[in-house]
Amino acid sequence: MSKKDSEYLINRKDNQYEVVIGLEVHAQVLSESKLFSTSATKFGAEPNTQVSLVDAAFPGMLPVINEFCVKQAIKTGIGLNAKINKRSVFDRKNYFYADLPQGYQISQFKDPIVGEGKVILDMPNGQKEIGIERLHLEQDAGKSIHDLDPQNTFVDLNRSGVALMEIVSKPDLRSPDEVNAYIKKLRSIMRYLGTCDGNMQEGSLRADVNVSVRPKGSKEFGTRCEIKNVNSIKFMQMAIEYEANRQIDLIEEGKTIDQETRLFDTKKNETRSMRSKEDAHDYRYFPDPDLLPLEVSEKFIEELKNDIPELPDDKKKRFIEEFKLSPYEANILVSDIDTAKYFEEVVAKMGKNKDIKLAVNWITGELFAVLNSKNFEISQSPVSAKNFAILINLIKNGTISGKIAKTVFELMIDGDKDPQKIVEEKGLKQQSDPKTLEALIDKIINDNREKAIEYKQGKEKLFGFFVGQAMKASGGKANPQLINEILKKKL
Amino acid sequence: MSDITKQSLTNLVENIRNKKLSSTDVTKAFIDRSEKSENLNAYITNDFTSALDKAKKFDQKPNLDLKLPGIPMAVKDLFCTKDIKTTAGSKILNNFIPTYESTVTENIWNEGAILLGKLNCDEFAMGSSNETSFFGNVQNPIDRNLVPGGSSGGSASAVAGQLTPVTIGTDTGGSIRQPASFTGIVGLKPTYGSCSRYGIVAFASSLDQAGPMAQNVKDCALLHEVISSYDPKDSTSIDFKRNHYSKELTNNIKGKKIGIPKEYSVDGMPKEIEDLWLKGIQYIKDCGAETIDISLPNTSYALPTYYIVAPAEASSNLARYDGVKYGFRAKGENLIDMYEKTRSEGFGAEVQRRIMIGTYVLSSGYYDAYYLKAQKVRKLIKNDFDEAYKKVDAILTPSTPSSAFKIGEKTNDPVSMYLNDIFTVPANLAGLPGISIPAGHDSKGYPLGLQIIGKAFDEQNILNIAYAMEEKINFKNKITDWWIK
Amino acid sequence: MSIDLKTIKHISKLARISVDEKRAEKLAGDLNSIFDFIEKLNELKTDNVEPLTSIAETTLKLRSDEVKSKNIREQIIKNSPQDNEDYFVVPKVIE
Repeated sequence: MSKKDSEYLINRKDNQYEVVIGLEVHAQVLSESKLFSTSATKFGAEPNTQVSLVDAAFPGMLPVINEFCVKQAIKTGIGLNAKINKRSVFDRKNYFYADLPQGYQISQFKDPIVGEGKVILDMPNGQKEIGIERLHLEQDAGKSIHDLDPQNTFVDLNRSGVALMEIVSKPDLRSPDEVNAYIKKLRSIMRYLGTCDGNMQEGSLRADVNVSVRPKGSKEFGTRCEIKNVNSIKFMQMAIEYEANRQIDLIEEGKTIDQETRLFDTKKNETRSMRSKEDAHDYRYFPDPDLLPLEVSEKFIEELKNDIPELPDDKKKRFIEEFKLSPYEANILVSDIDTAKYFEEVVAKMGKNKDIKLAVNWITGELFAVLNSKNFEISQSPVSAKNFAILINLIKNGTISGKIAKTVFELMIDGDKDPQKIVEEKGLKQQSDPKTLEALIDKIINDNREKAIEYKQGKEKLFGFFVGQAMKASGGKANPQLINEILKKKL
Repeated sequence: MSDITKQSLTNLVENIRNKKLSSTDVTKAFIDRSEKSENLNAYITNDFTSALDKAKKFDQKPNLDLKLPGIPMAVKDLFCTKDIKTTAGSKILNNFIPTYESTVTENIWNEGAILLGKLNCDEFAMGSSNETSFFGNVQNPIDRNLVPGGSSGGSASAVAGQLTPVTIGTDTGGSIRQPASFTGIVGLKPTYGSCSRYGIVAFASSLDQAGPMAQNVKDCALLHEVISSYDPKDSTSIDFKRNHYSKELTNNIKGKKIGIPKEYSVDGMPKEIEDLWLKGIQYIKDCGAETIDISLPNTSYALPTYYIVAPAEASSNLARYDGVKYGFRAKGENLIDMYEKTRSEGFGAEVQRRIMIGTYVLSSGYYDAYYLKAQKVRKLIKNDFDEAYKKVDAILTPSTPSSAFKIGEKTNDPVSMYLNDIFTVPANLAGLPGISIPAGHDSKGYPLGLQIIGKAFDEQNILNIAYAMEEKINFKNKITDWWIK
Repeated sequence: MSIDLKTIKHISKLARISVDEKRAEKLAGDLNSIFDFIEKLNELKTDNVEPLTSIAETTLKLRSDEVKSKNIREQIIKNSPQDNEDYFVVPKVIE
């Protein structure tokens, strides 16, 4: 692989190959009840305790659509700068499986609720636009458990009927890094919107990955393979890398690539063909006759548009303009909604005379380090934004030095203590009284006459020595700026 | 009163309200007759013991304001009934006991009626003779070894044989009107969306409608009034203002315009049917209404359209019968083997045939040629009616192209069996209400029916026309009780 | 057109209904006569006709996002041919 201009290319002898990737992301809609039934959607419930007669497909049971799920899909569409279709149709996708009680999945095939849109990725070499083909609503299936019994498979239908949004990208992605950025961006947008929690461990976000390769410069697409149901970004990246190399090897050997569905084996780090051709699927899509076309009015969509919060791209732009942050800093702060929230709260609590740069440095430095070491999300931060803001202000107004602040911060972590109180109780206040410092420095110069003379004769390195002595004598509390000024004057 | 079972629903309600009869009297009478009528094989499951208990309970504290006070009633075994086995006439649901009640039956019990039992029907309502039922043929009370029609064959037989005062059936392509015609009773298929489909074992979702079957039009109107309701649990249920159909029933149809569609005069139709239709036209005129010749040009395409749409939907609706959650399961080596054996052994031949047709017309490469084509023709058929209803208030046709046939006569020829529904299918495709009323007998003495098709939501109008004609026709069903033990 | 045995086998696979040779032949015969009858639709030109997907003269109603169905596991599993109180049980799935 060469990384010229951040281009992801795979080399073989004389040939260079480009990888073309499209993603079908399945995002679980955040809602209380299921898409077509009134059962709960909570994660981790006892098996088959969130299953209604509709979910288990009892005879004569009928679907009734959840308005909130429709709204969530439209909001997500708006967040993806996409066209919202006022009329969409639910189709049945027919196939048999143990965890598909109806024998079909209700999905949207020809007329999805959301049409074309786009998302912008911030890559190291600049921005890249990824096209969205469509977003549609569909039902999740249940869960088959194969390892609880040697002869049998167990079926849990708790997930059966939970609303999913399938977000289909155009084949615009070109590298595992772009896939990483794309998934994170989608997740970020949906979390801002509150339409999906993006929790990959709980399966709220998974993807089918379409991979093909072609010689660098070629305009035509190669034959693609679809890698089903990959549930972490790391696995997606590994699967793409493996699959691209597998396809290139085939081409190099003069063989053809079969268009097929493959599975990523996370233990062996390889993809393998899922089904024999004999069982090739024919889903026999047709409009679900138990449902009518879904029609939404302009007003319905407008009301949802008014309900859209500031999204990461806009927030980033604002942070750069309003707070004079670098694009890099802004990116870090906006990518996760909770980080952005924390930052904005800190800014608000800092009051008038605030140092935003300092706050950003402290959030991305000290705070992130603590969160990382404790494996916490920022929403679980042991230091509240309020106390964090007070700490930054204490540094800014010279009450404590940055060095002391680190000590104070460590003490704050245990029980979200008020930094002001810590400073007072421990007597950590910075020594900023010029008279006291002058006396202290006079004594040091007196005690080190010879070194002072050497300094005056030109040994400027010794300045640091005097600073060190002064800090030591003050117990670290002396205002370093003042020390500098006084020393320069006195020496 | 020994003639209890001969009384109309309207009379029974009146006699119970006037305390001339108790619910127990009535319930007992119908149970007795049902028990003596095993030869008809109209019931799949009876609930007589508990029916009698309920009747006694009703009599202790009778609520006479209800529309069906203490009236016993058996229903087609396609309606899910709580804690009572519901089979849809199939082996695959042979042991299925719902924990829930269909909206239509719930409406009936809420008005004071009492469940007698579950009536035989073609398997998953797929059939026109009740011969596809896993639980055996049903006899037509009219004559030995005569089919009662289908799929609501048990229902028709039970009403004609006076095993239940009235009943409900379901009609996907004629399953209420055709058996009503074959047994000399009245059957109404309401407008699509008038009666909730919640809790009814689905055959073809875009065509299925529940409806009443009765001895006369007034009873039919009363039962329809009870079962028709808007139901938020069915997304295709329609929220429109429903009439008090029985109260508003009138035989005054003066000035109504009734269309006579020339396309219903099909090749090879027996002269008896043609004559019956002409007689019907005369009755209409006698009632002071006007008949107008109209054209429904796409009529001959209705049946082929139906035999794409209905099996397609059925193939998907019946996918849930897979041996996993309920019903019959065959032993299998693995999951797929279990599926294939369960469905092969659990479904009868006609159901399998239709699943195969439906699977084929939806399959890759054939969807546009068949399913999409059928949906387009369905639109044309609906347009025909829309056009016609600019000129007329209702349409009069024969109900069936022939009278009832012998058991076994058509079982080996699916297409000739399907042709039975030729006059009834268009109303299902267009979602319109249609009623069949007995209008005469053929040379063998078998009943023949006429059908009145109305505008959507205009049940009152076709009930009125039927009511007026009924008076003129003065039909008497020839029931000899030949089957009584 | 003619539906051959291979097609019958293919459809029966999709429909998950096992069909032996004899039944396949019978089905092929039945389906061919039914499709002969269905082919009548080809007489009609329908290029500019909008397909009719739903006959119900109403719009799709939306329900509010409320959890109303409680834990009814016992009811749900009660009718199943094989269960273990917690799960539906099916013969091992082989990929």
